[in-house]
Amino acid sequence: MGFYEAVLISVMTAATPLVLAAIGELVVERSGVLNLGVEGMMIMGAVCAFAGAQISGSPFIGVLCGMIAGGAFSLLFGFLTLTLVANQVATGLALTILGLGLSGMIGESFIGLPGVRLPVLDIPFLSDIPVIGRIVFGQDLLFYASIGLVIGVAWFLFRTRAGLRLRAIGDNHGSAHALGVSVIRVRYLAVLFGGVCSGLAGAHLSLVYTPQWVENMSAGRGWIALALVVFASWRPLRLLAGAYLFGAVSIGGLHAQALGVGIPSQFVSMLPYLATIVVLVLISMDRRLTLINRPASLGQPFVPER
Amino acid sequence: MSQKDGSGFQFNLQTTKGNNMKKTLLALAASASAIMLAGPAAAQMDQVKACFIYVGPVGDFGWSYQHDQGRLFAEEHFGDRLETAFLESVPEGADAERAIERFARSGCNIIFTTSFGYMDATNAVAARYPDIKFEHATGYKRDHPNVATYDSRFYQGRYIIGQIAAEMSETGSAGYIGSFPIPEVVQGINAFMLGAQSINPDFELKVVWVNTWFDPGREADAARALIDQGVDILTQHTDSTGPMQVAAERGIFAFGQASDMIEFGPETQLTSIIDDWGPYYVERIEAVMDGTWEQQATWDGLAEGHVVMAEYANMPDDVKAQAEATEESIRSGAFHPFTGPINKQDGTEWLAEGAVADDAALSSMNFYVEGIDDQLPQ
Amino acid sequence: MRIELEKRPERSKLFSILSPFIALGLTLIVGAVLFLALGKNPAEAMFYFFIDPLLVGWSLHELAIKATPLILIAVGLSVCFRSNNWNIGAEGQFVMGAIAGSIIPVMFHGWESPLVLPLMMISGAIGGALYATIPALLKARFNTNEILTSLMLVYVAQLFLDWLVRGPWRNPEGFNFPETRNFNASAILPEILDGGRAHWGLIFAIVAALATWFMMRSTLKGFEISVLGQSARAGRFAGFSATKMVFFAFLFSGAMAGLAGIAEVSGAIGQLRPVISPGYGFTAIIVAFLGRLNPLGIVAAGLVLALTYLGGEAAQISIGVSDKVARLFQGALLFFVLACDTLIHYRIRLRSTAKVANVAAAPVQSPAPVEAR
Repeated sequence: MGFYEAVLISVMTAATPLVLAAIGELVVERSGVLNLGVEGMMIMGAVCAFAGAQISGSPFIGVLCGMIAGGAFSLLFGFLTLTLVANQVATGLALTILGLGLSGMIGESFIGLPGVRLPVLDIPFLSDIPVIGRIVFGQDLLFYASIGLVIGVAWFLFRTRAGLRLRAIGDNHGSAHALGVSVIRVRYLAVLFGGVCSGLAGAHLSLVYTPQWVENMSAGRGWIALALVVFASWRPLRLLAGAYLFGAVSIGGLHAQALGVGIPSQFVSMLPYLATIVVLVLISMDRRLTLINRPASLGQPFVPER
Repeated sequence: MSQKDGSGFQFNLQTTKGNNMKKTLLALAASASAIMLAGPAAAQMDQVKACFIYVGPVGDFGWSYQHDQGRLFAEEHFGDRLETAFLESVPEGADAERAIERFARSGCNIIFTTSFGYMDATNAVAARYPDIKFEHATGYKRDHPNVATYDSRFYQGRYIIGQIAAEMSETGSAGYIGSFPIPEVVQGINAFMLGAQSINPDFELKVVWVNTWFDPGREADAARALIDQGVDILTQHTDSTGPMQVAAERGIFAFGQASDMIEFGPETQLTSIIDDWGPYYVERIEAVMDGTWEQQATWDGLAEGHVVMAEYANMPDDVKAQAEATEESIRSGAFHPFTGPINKQDGTEWLAEGAVADDAALSSMNFYVEGIDDQLPQ
Repeated sequence: MRIELEKRPERSKLFSILSPFIALGLTLIVGAVLFLALGKNPAEAMFYFFIDPLLVGWSLHELAIKATPLILIAVGLSVCFRSNNWNIGAEGQFVMGAIAGSIIPVMFHGWESPLVLPLMMISGAIGGALYATIPALLKARFNTNEILTSLMLVYVAQLFLDWLVRGPWRNPEGFNFPETRNFNASAILPEILDGGRAHWGLIFAIVAALATWFMMRSTLKGFEISVLGQSARAGRFAGFSATKMVFFAFLFSGAMAGLAGIAEVSGAIGQLRPVISPGYGFTAIIVAFLGRLNPLGIVAAGLVLALTYLGGEAAQISIGVSDKVARLFQGALLFFVLACDTLIHYRIRLRSTAKVANVAAAPVQSPAPVEAR
């Protein structure tokens, strides 16, 4: 395995949980809901995936458990913000607190156990292609899932009637409701999808990235995922690019250090955040990009008038 | 963005833990006479309550976890005679003083504060509760007669693993994942390099600072970056098992840190430098029970069993024998890892031939020794 | 059966008062079940959580210390949120305020004068405000989402502080440990009363809350904030500038966070260290919402939240419940408060099928929704 190949694989490993969580949140936001609880759902996914894999012995059951945990947690958010129209920002923050506490309790008995790693699934023939084969077709299930989800969501949002309906709700829930679309039901489904994706991201952390359970192991990746959605101006393929860029910047910083570049490491650690801000600014400078894509009723509560 | 106090969000730039000052025997004439006037203040106790304050969650499987293992060891040792309590994830700052004071008020006889950042808070509370003993890990302030400090000479273990690394590496280079550039970590890097140079004078060391004590993902990323740059031995001065798992995945060797990480890399871990606080906690609690507790500054290592090397594994017998010999000579005091001639990174002489570094110099170390190709963040 | 909401013609006075108590009651019930499940006596646990910290003097002082930064930051954020600006980065402004305020005691550590403290407090507030200007400028000028920029800047501020105390500002007599010099006596915020550590920061917090309450209630500025927060369009018709409001909101909340930062460093810590806040800036967001964005409510909310921290510790020591339980408890409390506030604006009906009569109402939501841009 060559140097660049290896670095690329590291970048992709770092980016995959971000892609998974962000693609879910993208759908949620496209439907007009802002769920800031990604970090909480992710950590719940991580602990339940780990627990599931330990108890059953199968990492695939672990992944399933992570998805269920993330999904269940997101429904809690959905009940508060959609049914009870509570403030979405505050509810999302509360979800994160709850998730960090609850995951710590669930995970207490799993500390210090080596995890079960999700196996690499080589795709026959394709993985033998020089360079690219190993990088793209010699990965684990969750990597393929992340790519599949991005393509699937892009297709769903822009090529299907259901996707059109979802975007319509995000842009103007009033009109969508007047046209007979069930705003609340679609939003529940979107929130659930977002939760399941965050759960998958958590599963990636505890089954692939570092197959173990430790408290707070998501370490802020849920927030980065949120930033990526805006960064991508709510477009799935840009989101993929953004996540890999972010991964590249943070891995690149470590390489620069190992090569002995004399920059204080704190500044190297700042890079991904500064890069995110710069790109956010560049993207938002082009008003067409944001105004066209930003769901107009993002974060606004909806109460159907009958 | 995880968080130490429970509210849930920030990205942890964790906390500081450091090391301490040289073993100073304090002139306690004044307080000694005070004790005589006050009568036998240090009476024997049948029942002792020992309390512990941790900076991380006990579930970190690193620094705080090892201290908690020490607490459990003491509990086991004393049985009914000892009652313990602990507070975990206590942030350094305003919360620390409250947590310590709460323990002082809840009937603790001896309080262990286990992170460098608790130093001032420990001394402040100790001033108000002269009858309670305070033990601060890794600090250097002992402003009151009821404050002692303790730490371990982890650098002794790092010299040994440096030697092993130089023997085992085929590329002649190792990767070092550093947390924060504090003296304790710099000492470790230097000791590792000196050990390696004793085998292979041209040994190369690549250092990456991750600015966290504990973030498995980021530590794993750093491990991958180092391996991609061609090192075939990894060592870390951060607390998670992330790097060990990456090393196992990539099929290279690595050293554990804080706890025995062999389960995370059965064919990967060469050895691990284990913090074993149990014997110290037993000794100091016993002293409180006997009424013999005195202020002291403890900086113990292999000899006293505070630093323990995990089983030497995955290496040929001659390397193992050599490691054991080095360990023995450090333990017996025959050899000190920082023995001259040692030059600083810029080539100026630090220790002359045969000179041994004193503890004060070690505990405030902020320069690299010659041969390390990295710039120390200043 | 499904839950349906029916808009009340106007907000319910009764439920405005009742809802926090209903929320507290529900939290207590959930807590009791939780403690039973953990094999603890619920009554005892509740006692340690909510009563024990209030019984002794020193503990009340500690409560004040813990609540001070939360209240100060949350008061600033309430203005920001009411004007529909989403500053999530108060934590970073807190850190930058602490750094700016520490310039005098660190770089001119020999200077002792009664001027030192006022200058520190002012520069702290300015430091926080300046740092908050960055997301404000990016939002006003480039329309960049302020939630994310302010959040990213938190990490940058924390790393900057880390670099400062390990590098240029490291105590030259501190054996190369990462911390600055201890501030001299004239740079320490004095304690209010003997017998505990509570410092003047608490007075700042209460004065700030009262002044903000007055501003929001009785001044044109307060009116402008609410109008622009509810609808930027309506604000324009009234001749208010949404752009200027972005700056006002961020500067105001940044200054408050900065003041909180320097007050914490000067009053409770006494030096700069790599980490000075256990996440006050984020917890304050919750405090702001718990207090329903009302400055006086925020004082109460800050005290309640601080109580749960102290109570969590007391319970950890006395009955051995883990600190995760305390977090769970806080999360549950917040959830119930948010859920119960629905009752202020809506009637909740459980329906099987029948349709509810349409009750027209003005589209006013509180707290203000994120505005579409």
